[in-house]
Amino acid sequence: MAQSAEKVLDHSALFQTPEYKELFERKRAFEHTVPVDEVKKTCDWTKTWEYREINFSREALTINPAKACQPLGAVMAAAGFEGTLPYVHGSQGCVAYFRSHFNRHFKEPVSAVSDSMTEDAAVFGGLTNMVDGLANAYALYKPKMIAVSTTCMAEVIGDDLDAFIKTAKDKGSIPKDFPVPFAHTPSFVGSHVTGYDNMLKGCLTHFWEGKERKESTSININGGFDGYCVANTRELKRLLAEMDVEYTVLSDTSDVYDTPTNGEFNMFAGGTRYDDAVNALHAKGTIFMQGISAAKSAEYVEKVGQKAVSLHCPIGVAGTDAFLMAVSELTGKPIPASLELERGRLVDAIADSQAYLHGKKFALFGDPDMLLGLTGFLLELGAEPVHIVCTNSTKDFVEKMEKLLAASPFGQGAKLWPGKDLWHMRSLLATEPVDFLIGSSHGKYLERDIGTPLIRIGFPIFDRHHHHRFPIWGYQGGLNVLVKILDKIFDTLDASTVEGSPSFDLVR
Amino acid sequence: MSAVIDDKTRNRALINEVLATYPEKAGKKRAKHLNVYEEGKPDCGVKSNIKSLPGVMTIRGCAYAGSKGVVWGPIKDMVHVSHGPVGCGQYSWATRRNYANGTAGVDSFAALQVTSDFQEKDIVFGGDKKLDKLIDEIKTVFPLAKGVSVQSECPIGLIGDDIEAVAKKKHKETGLSVVPVRCEGFRGVSQSLGHHIANDAIRDWVFDKADYEAPFESTSYDVVLMADYNIGGDAWASRILLEEMGLRVIGQGTGDATLKEIEMMPRAKVLLLHCYRSMNYIARHVEEKYGVPWMEYNFFGPTKIAESLRKIAALFDDTIKANAEKVIAKHEQLCADVIAKYKPRLEGKKVMLYVGGLRPRHVIGAYEDLGMDVVGTGYEFGHGDDYQRTTGYIKDGTLIYDDASGFELEKFAEKIRPDLIGSGVKEKYIFQKMGIPFRQMHSWDYSGPYHGYDGFAIFARDMDMAINSPVWSLTKAPWKK
Repeated sequence: MAQSAEKVLDHSALFQTPEYKELFERKRAFEHTVPVDEVKKTCDWTKTWEYREINFSREALTINPAKACQPLGAVMAAAGFEGTLPYVHGSQGCVAYFRSHFNRHFKEPVSAVSDSMTEDAAVFGGLTNMVDGLANAYALYKPKMIAVSTTCMAEVIGDDLDAFIKTAKDKGSIPKDFPVPFAHTPSFVGSHVTGYDNMLKGCLTHFWEGKERKESTSININGGFDGYCVANTRELKRLLAEMDVEYTVLSDTSDVYDTPTNGEFNMFAGGTRYDDAVNALHAKGTIFMQGISAAKSAEYVEKVGQKAVSLHCPIGVAGTDAFLMAVSELTGKPIPASLELERGRLVDAIADSQAYLHGKKFALFGDPDMLLGLTGFLLELGAEPVHIVCTNSTKDFVEKMEKLLAASPFGQGAKLWPGKDLWHMRSLLATEPVDFLIGSSHGKYLERDIGTPLIRIGFPIFDRHHHHRFPIWGYQGGLNVLVKILDKIFDTLDASTVEGSPSFDLVR
Repeated sequence: MSAVIDDKTRNRALINEVLATYPEKAGKKRAKHLNVYEEGKPDCGVKSNIKSLPGVMTIRGCAYAGSKGVVWGPIKDMVHVSHGPVGCGQYSWATRRNYANGTAGVDSFAALQVTSDFQEKDIVFGGDKKLDKLIDEIKTVFPLAKGVSVQSECPIGLIGDDIEAVAKKKHKETGLSVVPVRCEGFRGVSQSLGHHIANDAIRDWVFDKADYEAPFESTSYDVVLMADYNIGGDAWASRILLEEMGLRVIGQGTGDATLKEIEMMPRAKVLLLHCYRSMNYIARHVEEKYGVPWMEYNFFGPTKIAESLRKIAALFDDTIKANAEKVIAKHEQLCADVIAKYKPRLEGKKVMLYVGGLRPRHVIGAYEDLGMDVVGTGYEFGHGDDYQRTTGYIKDGTLIYDDASGFELEKFAEKIRPDLIGSGVKEKYIFQKMGIPFRQMHSWDYSGPYHGYDGFAIFARDMDMAINSPVWSLTKAPWKK
């Protein structure tokens, strides 16, 4: 018996012990599985060009996609407004999933309710659920605002949110003047970033519609669906303060998904204040940090008379330059010397490390804007993106990415794979190997199968802690991303010397 | 005795306080789900398996979660298709920790997210053709897969797709087992109906298609270990004890199971049932149709393990009975060491549980072995029979909450101030903010196994880690009074 009280073995060690190895052998006799050598043969075959062609001929089957569905994004967008309870009209299981998905990424409480539609609602529609649901949520949680999105069930049966919410108010579920922005967020259209955009637009419409705009000196900023929202938003605030700019963050989740352990649970911590969100109408313009994923909101912002500036998850020197210059242009404020100093430090860091980065080949997967930002950074490091997989690609994204790649000598070997999934990526990595893979925790299966080291940047990050507490935007954020990449490069280099190579240098 | 009366009075007051916050109609409904247990009563005095209130933060999931996430998903040599939009499969992708041996994507598919990724046109024109093509593609991309299960998401039942017809056709064409499961998320009130639907699919699409006339060398010690999902390796830590007492485990499920092992249920001499809630339906069917009896067991903590080993052995001959005693004796020292090490650190600590399946009752014994007190418990998706079975585990005055909401649990925890809460990931961070030690009791908080003797050592260590972590003394700044 391997287990003992003195040295408790858990799963990672316990199942390596002989008694369990023997158990697995005994079990195999009853499994009727394929013989080991055939498994090995098939596994090798799945890494061939022949298999790649079969794999890429898939039309109906999706395996390991790098995208989620609309209402997930809607929950995040809604959560960024003060005292707001995200409310999803439809089946209840969806909300359990959204909450746990964010729990696992942020390691934080995530509040959201469903109105638990079941078979009867499928037949008669979900109006009763909305009427009761708003009343219960309002009474129990005492939110300042409830932001309603939909699951695919409600969308398939065609429930009308606008009419339902009005009816609920008429029936006295909530006060007539209680704010209830909403957005239809069908899961079978777009992805989580589409849902974020739809809900953001729904909220802005609620705040601004029918009000007269008087241009102020302030600007607005929105981070989009961002797994690093906690630290990124704080970094943006710091940069804007350095520039002495008045601003409103539209959907500020920085203090929502990062609350202290101090003995109290605060269900409605942080968020953009209601009045601030309303007054944000008067801003000169809104900067969208992830423009492709905010297309509809940007359109709306322009409709009310503001300038809309769309950036693409700016990472690194040129990305941050573009951000600061956009702020400067919008506000007329100069970029201060303090930020130029920060810029110089990031350039310094890149110069110190460029020899380890130059010509390294990368595969990447993630959301459209994130991929643009990361690719831009890799190109300025002299690294070479090779396979770029974007499951939730858009036409706009393809155009922008192709332009970005074409403009750099380091982008010439890259190929963009719109709409493909991580099982396609597996074939790409197996047949045309690269040095490193960048993406979310879901990339760990590729790292295991193919051996390409994974640098975890993206959403979700489930299996490493606290990454979201460090920004990837701004010059400081660029430095963080640089170090993440370098650490993996150095670890991989050291690990490669285990088999007796002399190259185990103390100084690198 | 007076302490119990005090607790009862406090718990009753707590329930009233919580109910007063609800709108009248909702409060009346919730009142039936909350109670203080009176010793000697045949059940816990709560209603269960009833719709959750709209707009109240229920912890529950849906039928899809019960079928794909619990019953079917862990079967490793089949490809489980999340049929519908992308989300359901994405959120349930490899998050439940049902361990399985095998090569992922080659002969083991449990850790894959396979979906038909419905687009608008699939909703408008139906998804049957896509499903048909998708199964052909599975056959070429995963040639070693033994079958496909179709896990229906909400739209399937709403747009009138005939997945059963597709399944029959594709079975004929490909030779694969193709199992359609009608587990659309809007069906029923929780995961629970999903379990039932998933069980029925095993009956209709596995047993009814299997060839039980084929020769099989059975022994009088054949058992199937079922309704253990092998979270963190639980089923293995249980199986090892059964094998040690001389039983032959001819099938295990659904954690680390192959389709062939699921087919074995009717071949067993007895079905050993870990999670009654999620697989009692198929156990009853196997008993009725094939005459195989089933028995629930509990492998949490030495007291219950020994009880269960003896209960299982009682169904067999003297050799097995003697072996059971040997297994118990062999592990006595380990248990004594674990208890000696951890009990002094855990004795008298109060625990509140809120979990699914069987855990709200089954783990109580393990806590008691460590000298801990479970003062409140409840089921996410239990039924009346669960609450009856719970009475044998709990003490007079225990607070009972069925389908509790986040709001209720917070209020209860604020007043009771337990030393530990055992619940799910959605609850974990709420209570940790409050400074209350917490362990996830669905995923074992990425630890485990917790079953069997090997698991008990890990369980004890984990509870000690949670409760006695120095972090809880840091929650208040020292300059604050």
